[in-house]
Amino acid sequence: MATPSGTARQTWTALRALLVLTVVLGILYPAAIGLVGLAMPAQANGSLLRAPDGTVVGSSLIGQSFTTKKGQALPSWFQSRPSAAGDGYDGGASSGSNLGPNNPDLVTAIRDRRAAIAKLEGVPESQVPADAVTASASGLDPEISAAYALLQVRRVAAARSLDESAVRSLVTERIEGRALGFVGEPTVNVLELNLALSRLGG
Amino acid sequence: MTPAVTEIWVFVAQFLALALVLVLVQFPLGNWIARVYTDRHHLRAERGFYRLIGVDSGAGQSWRAYLRAILVFSLLGILVVYLLQRVQQVLPYSLGLPPTSEHLAFNTAISFVTNTNWQSYSPEVTLGYTVQLVGLAVQNFVSAAVGMAVAVALVRGIASRNSATIGNFWVDLTRGILRILLPLSVITAIVLLAGGVIQNLSGFQSVSTLTGGTATIPGGPVASQEAIKELGTNGGGFFNANSAHPFEAPSAWVSLFQIFLLLVIPFSLPRAFGVLVGDRRQGWAILATMSVFWVVSNVLLFWAELAGSGKALQLAGGAMEGKEQRFGIALSTIFGSSTTLTSTGAVNSMHDSYTALGGAVTMGDMMLGEVAPGGVGSGLYGMLVLAIIAVFVAGLMVGRTPEYLQKKIGPRQMKLASLYILTTPVIVLLGVAASFAIPGVKDDVAKTSILNPGLHGFSEVLYAFTSAANNNGSAFAGLTAATPWMDSALGVAMLLGRFVPIVFVLALAGSFAEQDRVPVTAGTLPTHRPQFVGLLIGTVLIVTALTYFPVLALGPLAEGLS
Repeated sequence: MATPSGTARQTWTALRALLVLTVVLGILYPAAIGLVGLAMPAQANGSLLRAPDGTVVGSSLIGQSFTTKKGQALPSWFQSRPSAAGDGYDGGASSGSNLGPNNPDLVTAIRDRRAAIAKLEGVPESQVPADAVTASASGLDPEISAAYALLQVRRVAAARSLDESAVRSLVTERIEGRALGFVGEPTVNVLELNLALSRLGG
Repeated sequence: MTPAVTEIWVFVAQFLALALVLVLVQFPLGNWIARVYTDRHHLRAERGFYRLIGVDSGAGQSWRAYLRAILVFSLLGILVVYLLQRVQQVLPYSLGLPPTSEHLAFNTAISFVTNTNWQSYSPEVTLGYTVQLVGLAVQNFVSAAVGMAVAVALVRGIASRNSATIGNFWVDLTRGILRILLPLSVITAIVLLAGGVIQNLSGFQSVSTLTGGTATIPGGPVASQEAIKELGTNGGGFFNANSAHPFEAPSAWVSLFQIFLLLVIPFSLPRAFGVLVGDRRQGWAILATMSVFWVVSNVLLFWAELAGSGKALQLAGGAMEGKEQRFGIALSTIFGSSTTLTSTGAVNSMHDSYTALGGAVTMGDMMLGEVAPGGVGSGLYGMLVLAIIAVFVAGLMVGRTPEYLQKKIGPRQMKLASLYILTTPVIVLLGVAASFAIPGVKDDVAKTSILNPGLHGFSEVLYAFTSAANNNGSAFAGLTAATPWMDSALGVAMLLGRFVPIVFVLALAGSFAEQDRVPVTAGTLPTHRPQFVGLLIGTVLIVTALTYFPVLALGPLAEGLS
């Protein structure tokens, strides 16, 4: 057989190659991984979390806001980080703010958030951690720092008339350390924490 | 320990763990890659495939035929991805999304075929599952395989003598996919799945939350896509937030694993090169050069972000804007450096919100020309072209005819190498200049595209053209790029930035292949010693700095110093 050297023959070859590769790489490969996913349904379907009555209340990986429709923090729930996904924690529109380090709008937003959080928690502004006043990269960050979670304990306990030490131990039990001691940062998952909180009542 | 000291230790530990694993893996993977491209036997599946597409697997191609096959194959790929997007509404699993606009379809098609994966669009509201799988995922594989094929063709040209051919593109393409990318992707996708990356076709689910509101949970075949996105140094996210999205990278270890994935093939190719030219020390010299830039960039970026300068970041008490809590600063910057040095362009944090000097580091990474270690294949061939320039410069200093690996570097080779290193900067600088010089365009860019005011806004445009021409694909994502000008100009930048250099590389491969070997003498410059590594580092720096310093000074450097 002669080498396909002419452009017309190369095109015909390219077309057939692309077709076969599309079937293998675009259909069979993801379908095979999909089959593997059937063996790991929890992960494949998005690590869903359920309330005690069995209804799905979210995913442990997708952050949620615990605010009024107008964005006011609900004092009886632990608060997530600020979010730039849609109107806040819109799972259909992941996004960071993309505001630059000197952007005046960002300066104003951070100043307002700091003041609001300090007032809500009844602490000086210097105690508000960085993750509490900055929007995450995805806008769906499911986690906050241990410092921000602990900062919220007093207010949440008061709003629910619960014993502060009970709420505090709820948080400390859920501080997830660095993997292997050095990978990533310590975190507290907000939805998991609030779910545990709702079981505690108050 | 103060938090900053802890963060430094965490950075050092994660970086060293990553480096150690990469060094260990490049031995077997590099050897394997070398074997794949020299194996005389064809697998049964491969023989079937060659019969199906009408290719004589034993026939070598001249560099011109090899090039023509690449161009025809890639052009066809662009057409298919373009058409899929334009008829999206009739495809299955399209989530009710309409077809994309002409200019966006043009940009996206070129973007994925050129291994850039620039995304002017927000995936979850623009593209359904069929376009993502049948269009984009396929190109994630084949564009990476094309990059490796070109690199191997160049190495083959250097290694052979008096030869009219440089291999067979169809065979190289097939083997790259079937024996390297696909098996690695399957293993990777399963690991990612176990780590919590989703793989389903459920679309968007709406659930009632604890507070009585509703929340949306997205779906999608993400794990399969994510695997090749990193392994092929593609970088196009399934979601807008890319590898920062918790469904793409659910935890810190998954993100660290993804950094490993996007580096592993580029860092293994020098080993394969050494094996193929029959002198492993040559591979070590290339690997050492690449590693120096990677280490320096990582340290600089981490330092810039830890310092966290910038009015807003100082007020917040840390550079956490655009960063995920589970990653923190250290893991975000290791990802940021590695993705911009490899032409991947995936992100696990938002570069637009980096400190000004941090942003300059990521731009500088791309401006090196994606050679440290660079994209899959493109990193190796880019670095080899720079090695040719380095040898030439050394030859000028001692007054000898330059040689590299027993091949003469004559006027033709030098012309091709020079054209190669000029191509990308010309595209970047012309693109940026045109965006601010053409009257109608300038208003559109300033009013519609740019998000941040002042110098940072200029950096957004500079970043975009640097990313496109170097086929990186990351962005200062505040830029609204889905405009007719940006989509078209960046599309052309990606197209030229990918294929014009490939023309020069394959011409070089052909010119080396037809030469005989020249004997090594006492006067031959050794290209495996630290002295040559130093010379090569200097060459990369001088070429980059002289070209880009003025334009960097206009944007990020001015912002960082003001």
